Amino acid sequence: MNGLRLYGCYAAASIKSQLQYPASFVLLSIGQFLSTIVEFIGIWALFGRFQDLGGWTLSQVALFYGTVNISFAFADMISRGFDVFGPIFVKTGEFDRLLLRPRSAPLQLLGHELRLTRMGRLLQGALVLGIAVGLLELSWGVREVALLLFAIAGGVAFFLGLVILQATLAFWTVESLEVANTLTYGGVAAAQYPIAIYSEWLWKFFTFVAPLACVAYFPIVGILGVDDPLGAPEWFLSASPLAGFVFLGVALLIWRLGERHYTSTGS
Amino acid sequence: MICTPARPYLAIFAARFLMMLQYRAAAVAGIVTQFWFGAIMVMALSVFYMGGRGSASITRAEAITYIWLGQAFLGLLPWNVDPEIVLLMRTGNVAYERLRPINTYFYWLVRAMAWRTAATLMRSIPLLIVTSVLFEYVGLGDWSLRPPPSLEALALFVLSMVAVVFLSSAITTLLNISVVWTISEQGINIFTNSLVIILSGMAIPLPLFPDWVHPVLLVQPLAGLVDIPYRIYFANFSGAKALGAIALQVFWTAALIVLGRLLMARTMRRVQIQGG
Repeated sequence: MNGLRLYGCYAAASIKSQLQYPASFVLLSIGQFLSTIVEFIGIWALFGRFQDLGGWTLSQVALFYGTVNISFAFADMISRGFDVFGPIFVKTGEFDRLLLRPRSAPLQLLGHELRLTRMGRLLQGALVLGIAVGLLELSWGVREVALLLFAIAGGVAFFLGLVILQATLAFWTVESLEVANTLTYGGVAAAQYPIAIYSEWLWKFFTFVAPLACVAYFPIVGILGVDDPLGAPEWFLSASPLAGFVFLGVALLIWRLGERHYTSTGS
Repeated sequence: MICTPARPYLAIFAARFLMMLQYRAAAVAGIVTQFWFGAIMVMALSVFYMGGRGSASITRAEAITYIWLGQAFLGLLPWNVDPEIVLLMRTGNVAYERLRPINTYFYWLVRAMAWRTAATLMRSIPLLIVTSVLFEYVGLGDWSLRPPPSLEALALFVLSMVAVVFLSSAITTLLNISVVWTISEQGINIFTNSLVIILSGMAIPLPLFPDWVHPVLLVQPLAGLVDIPYRIYFANFSGAKALGAIALQVFWTAALIVLGRLLMARTMRRVQIQGG
């Protein structure tokens, strides 16, 4: 059985177990939807009052907002195993059992749980994206659709990389560090707006260190067809989501270092 | 030794308060996260204010002050159920609560007050110092937390924050009681979370919502958690208006305490203990 098929089995088992409690699944998804849509209500209210955000319109911002929320929702859905890695796997010594199996640990951790309740955020992102597409009157050719999908896929890779880095820390700290949430949830909060509105240090950080801008801001500017106030060249706008995959690759390499360093807690 | 009816409650408060002060690592993580979220909101709001064509009833400096106060006192918001109370429900130990020679409602209320204030104390002081003093020094004066315009505003703000502690704890206790029915706290947490964030003024300052919803936003109970005290702080509400706003906080607190006591009495009469 190859890795992909094995993952399919893990995912199917996880979905089946969550659907044993259909009412709980529906309510938690609605809750997720509501708790994420409040942020967009805030943005909508601010545009109602001030009309524009440094030259950007509400429907343009909605496109940034929808894209980054969809990416994060997918990543959050599949990354539960890494998210709880410190307390559930390292602290308990459970990780030893994973290492005994003839499959890579990251694959097994990905298969730990597929959180269906993240549908709430996914639907919310899709709704906002849909509204943006409806309002913007862009011409959607193959290039635009492909770039949007590329950006979303790159975004999933980026956020997955972040959660893997966060989990890697647990090899040393045992506990999982909540500070890392600053980059995941805080990153989503930052990328919901066009990153060009922030101070230079912040958008440089999000371009060259944690390349969140490369999977959200730059490709969306490419789709909108506006002049980039940050002055990125045309080719970069289309190629930038690659940075998300590179980031994931680097995160997996660092993970491997951590795995080598791992000594069981022995309990 | 003083022996008043309040004494056991003061002891409960002190014990829980000191226990909560032990969670320092969580406090550091909280401070970092709150700086980050505060900074993003401050930057976005600045751009809205500078480039926007609209006008608002509070100035940019006031809106920024509002944001930093919100981040500093985030811990006071009643956004979740007390996890220790959930454990009581699950294990059936809630039965012991009935054996104590004190009023269970006020016992839970005082626990909630200690829990919220201890968590907030550790986070708010560094945040307030950095955003008010340090920001000026490093040239971020534009983004800093401004001092209140008068001593009167400061005094009224302190009074209003005391009301926040009571209001927030009354809401928390209502949430705690509701767990008796649902057993799981997940659903309650996720729904109250969204309501509190948007209706208190944490998502964006309430004065920045469209003018036509202002009357409704002001009289609902959650405005008393964030919007009322902060607008008193920068004297958007002053004099009689500030006192009226504090009276509104007190009214909601009293109403929620009465409601909580009624629910507690009803719940505890028919509570069924899970075995074990």
